[in-house]
Amino acid sequence: MERYLTKNFDVQDSETIKVYLSQGEGYKAVENALKKMTPEQIIDEIKKSGLRGRGGAGFPAGLKWSFMPKDNARPKYICCNADESEPGTFKDRQIIEKDPHQLIEGLIIGAYAMGVNTVYIYIRGEYASQAKILQNAIDEAYDNGYLGKNVLGTDFNIDIYIHRGGGAYICGEETGLMESIEGKKGQPRKKPPFPAGYGVWGYPTTINNLETFSHVSHIINRGADWFKGIGTEKSTGNTLFGVSGHVKRPGVYELPFGVSLKEIIYEHAGGIRNDNELKGVIPGGSSTKILTADMIDVRMDHDSLMQAGSSIGTGAIIVMDHTTCMVRVGCVLSHFYRHETCGQCTQCREGTAWMHQIIARIEKGEGEIEDLDILLDIASNMEGNTICALSDAAAWPVQGLLRYFRDEFEEHIKQKKCPFTDSFLV
Amino acid sequence: MLSEDARRSVEDSIKKYSQKKAAVLSTLHIAQKEKGWISEETIEEIAGILDIPSIEVKEVVSFYTIFNLRDVGKYHIQVCTNLSCSLLGSRHIVNYLEKRLGLGVGKSTEDKRFSLSEVECLGSCGTAPMMQINEDYYENLTEEKIDKILESLGHAQK
Repeated sequence: MERYLTKNFDVQDSETIKVYLSQGEGYKAVENALKKMTPEQIIDEIKKSGLRGRGGAGFPAGLKWSFMPKDNARPKYICCNADESEPGTFKDRQIIEKDPHQLIEGLIIGAYAMGVNTVYIYIRGEYASQAKILQNAIDEAYDNGYLGKNVLGTDFNIDIYIHRGGGAYICGEETGLMESIEGKKGQPRKKPPFPAGYGVWGYPTTINNLETFSHVSHIINRGADWFKGIGTEKSTGNTLFGVSGHVKRPGVYELPFGVSLKEIIYEHAGGIRNDNELKGVIPGGSSTKILTADMIDVRMDHDSLMQAGSSIGTGAIIVMDHTTCMVRVGCVLSHFYRHETCGQCTQCREGTAWMHQIIARIEKGEGEIEDLDILLDIASNMEGNTICALSDAAAWPVQGLLRYFRDEFEEHIKQKKCPFTDSFLV
Repeated sequence: MLSEDARRSVEDSIKKYSQKKAAVLSTLHIAQKEKGWISEETIEEIAGILDIPSIEVKEVVSFYTIFNLRDVGKYHIQVCTNLSCSLLGSRHIVNYLEKRLGLGVGKSTEDKRFSLSEVECLGSCGTAPMMQINEDYYENLTEEKIDKILESLGHAQK
């Protein structure tokens, strides 16, 4: 198994262009794309590779790129989504800190393929030091002629700007992100119209996750067939799995799609702390439904996780051992969505608040048995009824917890207290 | 009033966009870095610089949690209490900081040196538990580590 995204992560000064260029392949993909390939050929290659978005939804990247208008009658934009706010997710940050030039290469190639001259990297506001590293890398790329006017002597021009967010989860949603770039509250827009027709300032826009762009130079260098040979038929390539919680070696692991969850937890992340018993795993970030310990043979790809009743999300794996109180997990997560709802849809604004209030009540030992059905009722009213997916994302974890750990909720209600007094206190 | 340097940075960020209003977030970041928080006066000043009504600055500054709408301590300690950090003891980290600083969450010390907040996930889940002080991350926290950090910020040993 070859690592290509993270292969330079351990090299000294890997974030500098000097090291990037000395690794052999540095900026070769940009050179080949701009001088030897047409925009159509690039889009076809990305389509053929099967590259899917790494931000959670898994939309095919090449197809998204092909939605952009081919003419240059109006300005067009790319937004790179580095808002990285899904709890459990800390992978894009690693690319910025340790190998930002592969991202910049992907952005240049994407911009050339879609006829875009202006790119915004939307980075979450708290990533202040990462924004500095990224700006240094961008400055280096300008100094070396990869950005700016007439890139590598061609007639292609490109500018990349960093836009820092302000600590709002909702800005990771693509239309919320565009509103935020325009200097507004990050409240998502109704779709249609879709961003490729009506994006930033009403102009055609493509938004991809930061990791998605980071695969592009590797696909151009080594071909779609190479990329398709990694992973599974419908989830191609390697991806970055971020493992956190009760494991011995938390961290980001680059592995092919289709690897088993068990292998990630027990081999790569070293198993459960103190060799404790595993209780549950959230497989793809806080919005994805929890899996129980007997489900971890599942393969980590889009289809397998969907069959298991969950989702691969951002590949953010949160591991919980037997000491974990699942009601408290629900309490923490529902508090998050209550805090992050943008407030424009009633189901989401009201639903997130009620869900948190009820779960907090149960955790304190003040719940009633009817509360459990009320929670499920609220969750089903939140699903599929709102402008964006935050409402669904808030409903799913609660549904997942009640599906597999309902007895624990009931126990809190019966005992009129949390049976796990030391949970979360370590 | 923003300093000359800050005004120059604002002018630079306006150039990144086709519309001035888009620079409101950058401008707020620049202002907060200089002042520590965003006052009514700063909101009016930013509205003037960007040629937009002050309500358009207000709705942004109140939507995004990173901006402080009141004065905070010189060191604003923000502890992540989302899931991965909670699983590894962020509750304990908050309690310990409360004890060491002698203040509750959402409060500032009398000498205005420290403020304490709980925040949502900051993307440090693999190095939990963590906190952010102003713009810097402090990860894999333990009591000993917190003691050292507080000491380096001039907080006397207990």
